[in-house]
Amino acid sequence: MIARVHSPNVTAPTTQPTAIFADAVRDATSLRRFLHGLPGVDQVGAQARAAGLATRSIKKASKVWALEAAIGMVDLTTLEGADTAGKIRSLCAKARQPDPADPTCPPVAAVCVYPDLVTVAREHLADTGIAVASVATAFPSGRASLRTKLADVADAVEAGADEIDMVIDRGAFLAGHYREVYDEIVAVKAACGSAHLKVILETGELSTLDNVRRASWLALLAGGDFIKTSTGKVSPAATPPVALVMMEAVRDFAAATGERRGVKLAGGIRTAKDAVRYLVLVKETAGEEWLTPRLFRIGASSLVNDLLMQRTRERTGVYSGNDYFTVD
Amino acid sequence: MPTESSRLSVRKTYKLYIGGAFPRSESGRSYPVSTPDGRFLANASQASRKDVRDAVVAARKAFSGWSGATAYNRGQILYRIAEMLEGRRAQFIAEVADAEGLNDAESTVDAAIDRWVWYAGWTDKIAQVTGSSNPVAGRYFNFSLPEPTGVVAILAPQRSSLLGLISVLAPAIAGGNTVVAVAAQDRPLPASTLAEVLATSDLPGGVINLLTGRTAELAPWLAGHMDVNAIDLTGVAADERTELERLAADNVKRVFRGPEGDEPDWTADPGIGRLTAFLETKTVWHPVGT
Amino acid sequence: MSIWEYTPAPESRESARLRPSYQMFIDGEFVDGSGTAFKTINPADEEVLAEVAEANESDVDNAVRAARRAFEQVWGRMPGRERSKYLFRIARLIQERARELAVLESLDNGKPIKESRDVDIPLAAAHFFYYAGWADKLEYAGFGANPRPLGVAGQVIPWNFPLLMAAWKLAPALAAGNTCVLKPAETTPLTALVLAEICQQADLPPGVVNVVPGAGNTGATLVAHKGVDKVAFTGSTEVGKEIQRTIAGTKKRLTLELGGKAANIVFDDAPLDQAVEGIVSGIFFNQGHVCCAGSRLLVQESVADELLDSLKRRLGTLRLGDPLDKNTDIGAINSAAQLEKIRSLSQIGESEGATRWSAACPLPERGFWFPPTVFTGVSQAHRIAREEIFGPVLSVLTFRTPDEALAKANNTPYGLSAGIWTEKGSRILWMANRLRAGVVWANTFNRFDPTSPFGGYQESGFGREGGRHGLEAYLAH
Repeated sequence: MIARVHSPNVTAPTTQPTAIFADAVRDATSLRRFLHGLPGVDQVGAQARAAGLATRSIKKASKVWALEAAIGMVDLTTLEGADTAGKIRSLCAKARQPDPADPTCPPVAAVCVYPDLVTVAREHLADTGIAVASVATAFPSGRASLRTKLADVADAVEAGADEIDMVIDRGAFLAGHYREVYDEIVAVKAACGSAHLKVILETGELSTLDNVRRASWLALLAGGDFIKTSTGKVSPAATPPVALVMMEAVRDFAAATGERRGVKLAGGIRTAKDAVRYLVLVKETAGEEWLTPRLFRIGASSLVNDLLMQRTRERTGVYSGNDYFTVD
Repeated sequence: MPTESSRLSVRKTYKLYIGGAFPRSESGRSYPVSTPDGRFLANASQASRKDVRDAVVAARKAFSGWSGATAYNRGQILYRIAEMLEGRRAQFIAEVADAEGLNDAESTVDAAIDRWVWYAGWTDKIAQVTGSSNPVAGRYFNFSLPEPTGVVAILAPQRSSLLGLISVLAPAIAGGNTVVAVAAQDRPLPASTLAEVLATSDLPGGVINLLTGRTAELAPWLAGHMDVNAIDLTGVAADERTELERLAADNVKRVFRGPEGDEPDWTADPGIGRLTAFLETKTVWHPVGT
Repeated sequence: MSIWEYTPAPESRESARLRPSYQMFIDGEFVDGSGTAFKTINPADEEVLAEVAEANESDVDNAVRAARRAFEQVWGRMPGRERSKYLFRIARLIQERARELAVLESLDNGKPIKESRDVDIPLAAAHFFYYAGWADKLEYAGFGANPRPLGVAGQVIPWNFPLLMAAWKLAPALAAGNTCVLKPAETTPLTALVLAEICQQADLPPGVVNVVPGAGNTGATLVAHKGVDKVAFTGSTEVGKEIQRTIAGTKKRLTLELGGKAANIVFDDAPLDQAVEGIVSGIFFNQGHVCCAGSRLLVQESVADELLDSLKRRLGTLRLGDPLDKNTDIGAINSAAQLEKIRSLSQIGESEGATRWSAACPLPERGFWFPPTVFTGVSQAHRIAREEIFGPVLSVLTFRTPDEALAKANNTPYGLSAGIWTEKGSRILWMANRLRAGVVWANTFNRFDPTSPFGGYQESGFGREGGRHGLEAYLAH
C-alpha cells in the first residue's frame, strides 16, 4: 500500500451514531419517526434567506481572504468517462500549484477522481498534503448491489484514497426505506477504514428541502464525515437553499452532539462570486468554525481559474484574462 | 268603553330587547308614544346608559358566534326573519301607519320585508364581490376577504320606523356584526314588534339589541363606548353629529355619517355601501412552495 | 476574534446628490415659503444634512388652493388614460433615480442601504406602476359605474418609510383623479422633495402634487384646512385620534393607518429556521420602526427554549452600523426622541421584571443607536407587551394551546397585523380566520406588495392602502 499522507480531515471518524441519537437509529420505525419529526423547511423562506445572504458585499481584504480560502477548499474534480492517466497528471499539477505565476497561491484541498485512477493521483500528490478523493459505490447512480458498492469502495481505499465520496440510494430514500439507506452508509463507512466518508445526497433528485434535511440527518446519524450535495451529473446540483439547509443540519448536529461534521457542495459552482457567496452562507449559518477545508469543500474544476483570476485582480488591480491561467 | 258585541283588546307592554330577553329599562322609566296627530299609542321603555352598557355586553358576547357562523347559516336565519315578518305583515301595516301617520302603510311594510330578503341573500355573496386574490410579485398566495367590524351602534332613522330601521339593521348583521340600535325616538313601536320577530326567529340572542328612548341621551354613551367598534349616525341630525364623531375617535370607531340632508328615500336601491361600511378587509399571505 | 471580517462596503454618499437646502413644492414650483427653515440630520452621525423650508399656514393655504385649481381645471377632468401615463412616467423616473433615492433615504432616515435599495425604493416605483394602470379602468374597480374623485387630498406621512409612504398616498389618489398636498415627516423630508422634482421631470401639471415640509403644526394645519376633501394619515394612534376629532362634523373623508402590537405566533410544528428569519425580519427590519412589526413573539412552550436559542444565535450575526454599508442589517434609530422612547420603555420592561437580552454588538459613538433586544418572561400585563415601542425590541410570551395563542394575540386594542408559523394548513386557516388583524402573514412576515391591501382593525386605523381596495379611499361612491 502506498504511504498515506496526512489527510486534511482531522475529525475522528465515527461509525456509530453519537449516543444521544441511539434511540433515533434503533430500528426502521424509530429512524423514520425521527426524520419525520425534524422541523419542516419552508422552501420560499429558505430561498429568501439564501438570497438575502447573497446580497452581502465582499470587497477588498475580505474578498482576498475569501478567494484564497475558497481555493484551499476546492476538491479539484474530474469524473469523465474519457479520463486518462495523463488527464489526472495534469490535474494534480494544477492542484499543487493552481497559479504557476504566483507561488504564494495556496494548493487545493483534494483531487477527486474515479477509483481506477486513484493510484495515478496518489503518485502525483505524494508528500503534498493534498488529499486524494475517490467517488465510489457505483457512482453516480448508485444502482448496484451492496456487494458491488463495497468492492468499489475497497478498491479505492486500497489504491490509497484518503476520502471516499459515496452516493446514497435515492430510490430507497424516496420510497421511505430510510433504514436501508442508513445501513448502507454504515457499511460503506466501515469499508472506508480510516478514509473519510463524504455522503452524496444528490439533492437534485430529492426534490424538496424537507428531503434534503432528512437525508442530511440520515447521513450524519450513519456516520458520514461530510454530507455532499451532488454528483455533478444531475441538475440542479448545489443551490444556495440546499446549501443553507445542509449547513443548518451540521450546525444543529454539532449543537446536539458537540461534533462538527463537514459539508461539500458540488456541481454548478463555476464563478468566484458564487464561491464567495457560499462562504458567506457557511459563516452566517453554521459559523466561522466551518470556514476550513476540514469542514467545508467545494467540488469543482473550472471554478479554480475564476478564483485565480479574481485573486490576481485583487492583488494587482488589473483585470486579467483566461489566457493567463492554465486549463488543466 | 266596549260594547257588548266587542271585547276589550289586550294591550302590549313595549319593552327593550337585550341579549334575546325583553327587559324593562333598568331605570324604570317609560315615555308616552303617540301618532303624529297626537293620539296616545303606548308607553315605551326609556332606556338609560346602563341599558346601553348591558346591550353592548350582550352584543359583544354574541359576536364570536354570529361572526363565526357560516355565511350560508346567516343567510338562512335572515331569511327566516323575513318569513316571520311576512307572518306579521298585517300587524306591521297597522303599527307603521300609526307610527308614521299614514293612511296606508302596506307598500312601506312590503318594501321592508323585501329589503330584509335582499340582504338575506347577500350574506354569502359579499365576500365574493369585495374579496380578491391578489397577484403579488413573489411566490405567495395572497387573498383578501371581508370580515365584520364587531359591535356596531346604530342610531336608527327617525322617520321611517320600519323600512328605515330594517335598511340599517340588516346590512350590519348580514356581514356578521352584532348591533345595538336605538329606534326612532318618537316612532319606536314597530321596532319593538320587530324585536318580537327577532326573538321568535332563529337569530341568536344579542345579535341585535333594540333600545327605545331618547336618541340624544343614549348616543353619546354609544359613541364613547370603548367596546363599540363602529357607529352609524343616520338617525342623528347633521348638526348634532360633531360631538358624537369626536367621542367616536377615542377608540378609532368607524363612523357612518349618514345622509347629508333629509332622510333618504328608503325605497331606493340601497347598494352595498351599508354592508361594506361595517366590514374590514383582511389580507392573508402564504408562501407557495414544495 | 473573527477570522473573516467583512471589509466595509459603503455605498457612495455622492449618489444622494445632497444639496445644502431644499425648498417646498407648491403649484409646480419650488419655493421658499414663509415658515422658519429647519435642519434635517443624519441620525447615524447627527450631522446636519440640509436645511429644509418649513410650510406655515399661508404656505399650506397656497398649496391647497393650487391643488384645488389643478383639480378643477386640469387633473379632475383629464381622461384617465392621460393620468395613467403620467403615473407610469413617475414610476419609471423613480426607477431611473433609484440609487440616488436609496442613498438619500438612508442618509435622512438611518435605515440600512440594503433595505432602502431593495425594499423602499423598488416598492415605491411598483406602487406607481400598479396604480398607473387603474387610472383609466376605475369603472371596473367595483365602486359603481361612475366613480368620481373626491377633490383635494391632504396626506400626512411618517418617517419610517418616507418615500414608500409618499407613494402609498400619492399613487392611488392621483390615479383616482384627486390632487394632493403631501406633508412628509419633519425628520425625513428629503426624498419626498426629490419625488416632487420627479413630478416636475414628468411634466405633471402644476398643483397636482404639492409637498409641504414641516412638523406637527404643518400637518394639523393641512388636516384642518377647509379646502381639503380627503385626509389620509399614517402615524401614531394618538395623532390619528386627534385627526379624527379634528375632522368631526365636516364632510371630509378619512383614512387612518396607525400603530400596532402584532403577535408573531410560532407553533411547535413550525418550520423553525424560517420562523427565526420571520421573527428577525418581523421586529428588526427597519430597526423595528414598522407599524406592523411583529413585536410580540408568542411561542409555544414546548419549543420556546430551542427557538430562543436559535433566535439569539441568529441575532449574533446581525451587523449594526453605518447605514450606507451594504452589509449593514441594523441602521440608526431615526431620532433622539425615538431613541429616548425606546430606552425608556425598555427600562420599564426591566423594572417590571422581564428579562432583557441584547445582541453583543458595539454601538457607534455618535448618532442614535439601539442594539437588537429581546425581552423574555413577558406577560400580557407588562407595558412592553401592550405599548408600541417602535424600535428593535421584541417581547417574548409563551402559550400552550391554539386557543391561548389566539386569546393573547387578540388581547390588544390594536389590530394591524399578525404572524402564524405552523406546517399545519388547517390550523393556519383557523388562526387566520380568528385573528383580529388586517394583515395576516402565515409562514412569512413583513411582506408588502402594491396589489395587496394593507390596513388595520380597531385602533390600528381604518381604510386600506394597496390593491383595488386602496382606490376606495379616494373615490366618491
